[in-house]
Amino acid sequence: MTEVDQRRLVGIKAERVTNISSTDYPGHYPNEDHSWNLEKFTKNLKVDVQRLSNRSIDFDLVGVDASIANAFRRIMIAEVPTVAIEHVYVWNNTTVIQDEVLAQRIGLIPLNVDPAPMEMRTPGNDAPTDRNTIVFHIKLECTHNPKPRPGATEPEDLYINSEFLSSHLVWRPEGEQPAMFGENPPAPTNPNIVLAKLRPGQEIEIDMHAIKGVGKDHAKFSPVATASYRLLPHIKILKPIPPPLAEKFQRCFAPGVIKVDPRTKQVSVDPHGVRNDTVSREVLRHPEFEGHVELSRVRDFFMFNVESESAYSPQRLLPEAIAVMRQKIVEIKAGVELLRNPGGESDVVMGNT
Amino acid sequence: MSASIPKVQIVPGTSPDESCATFRIHDESHTIGNALRWMLMKNPNVEFCGYSVPHPSENFIHVRIQMYNDLSSLDALVTALDDLDAVCTTIGDTYTKSLQSGKYERWEEQS
Repeated sequence: MTEVDQRRLVGIKAERVTNISSTDYPGHYPNEDHSWNLEKFTKNLKVDVQRLSNRSIDFDLVGVDASIANAFRRIMIAEVPTVAIEHVYVWNNTTVIQDEVLAQRIGLIPLNVDPAPMEMRTPGNDAPTDRNTIVFHIKLECTHNPKPRPGATEPEDLYINSEFLSSHLVWRPEGEQPAMFGENPPAPTNPNIVLAKLRPGQEIEIDMHAIKGVGKDHAKFSPVATASYRLLPHIKILKPIPPPLAEKFQRCFAPGVIKVDPRTKQVSVDPHGVRNDTVSREVLRHPEFEGHVELSRVRDFFMFNVESESAYSPQRLLPEAIAVMRQKIVEIKAGVELLRNPGGESDVVMGNT
Repeated sequence: MSASIPKVQIVPGTSPDESCATFRIHDESHTIGNALRWMLMKNPNVEFCGYSVPHPSENFIHVRIQMYNDLSSLDALVTALDDLDAVCTTIGDTYTKSLQSGKYERWEEQS
């Protein structure tokens, strides 16, 4: 088992956790310098992508404080902008689903519109324009199928348009949008979402306006199914496990975490499998293993799992979150500079630039 | 813009030489508050640093900074913001390098 500095470990005992807060602040340990040092930070920082799929990404962020990792997680969930339908204008709705319920369901449909070229509507400037709004339309009527299969009982055989699906949304290009979107017309990412079920005689006619927003405002604007992280588990075997109990010890952990040598029954921790451990503390329940093992988590090793549900590909989400964080820092810095020179113009030319 | 609330205000009750101050930052939450607090604590000249969200219904945070040796808390705040920016760029660059190296598993996820 690779040796990890004791200060980096959060101890996990049967009924308590120990050593939780980070202590690497200047002045905490005498004669040690923990003040901010960018070179030391860059040397210790590791960002490794582990797995990438078309919908999610797993990456490790090692060497940062929990506050930074948490800031990126919060930003990915709530402050990376997306485009979703906000205004629903119902011309005709004779279905059994009420207008407001249908409007709420329509708002939750994820769209494949890249938010970057779209502008956000601000309180002083919220007229719908082709730069900040995307218009969709739906007109659907359910009718009897004139020639159903004999003996058919399913609604899709008996009726035409018995379900209002997200694939029925029709994009109405406005202004310069055909040039802006070209080969990727705005549409729902998933065409199979059922929004309402209809029967013959029921009609829907709705205009929808989609705008750019953030998850802080409404969860429909969140780009991730969720973004989460967990800390790397650390298992230390203090005393050798007796060979008869080796199999039982292995079963106390998730599969792949503990290696048992088939011949000598030597128990060791698999350094690559340990990340799959769920830290269920099952081993602490058995008196025969008391004092043999020490469970902990590494405080600065964050294993992120980000599932994208929006137009962003999963690998784009962390860079977008970093951009949002940097923008926040810029805004706060501008506010602080105003405090420093009150009344002064922020873009005063200084000397020879 | 003049009618809108300033982004950063100093809460009354500051020492006259600005070595201790409470900053009220509007439209921010624990996201930037905790990160800023951590970076300020990394400054050896900071005697005390803490942040709070006075009420969850009001969208601002308070950051309290107290300095040793009568140094300026405004300077410490600006330094911390610059260092946080450096952290963000470093993480972004390291991530991009890892992504481009391609040394990871790729798999097809079903919708």
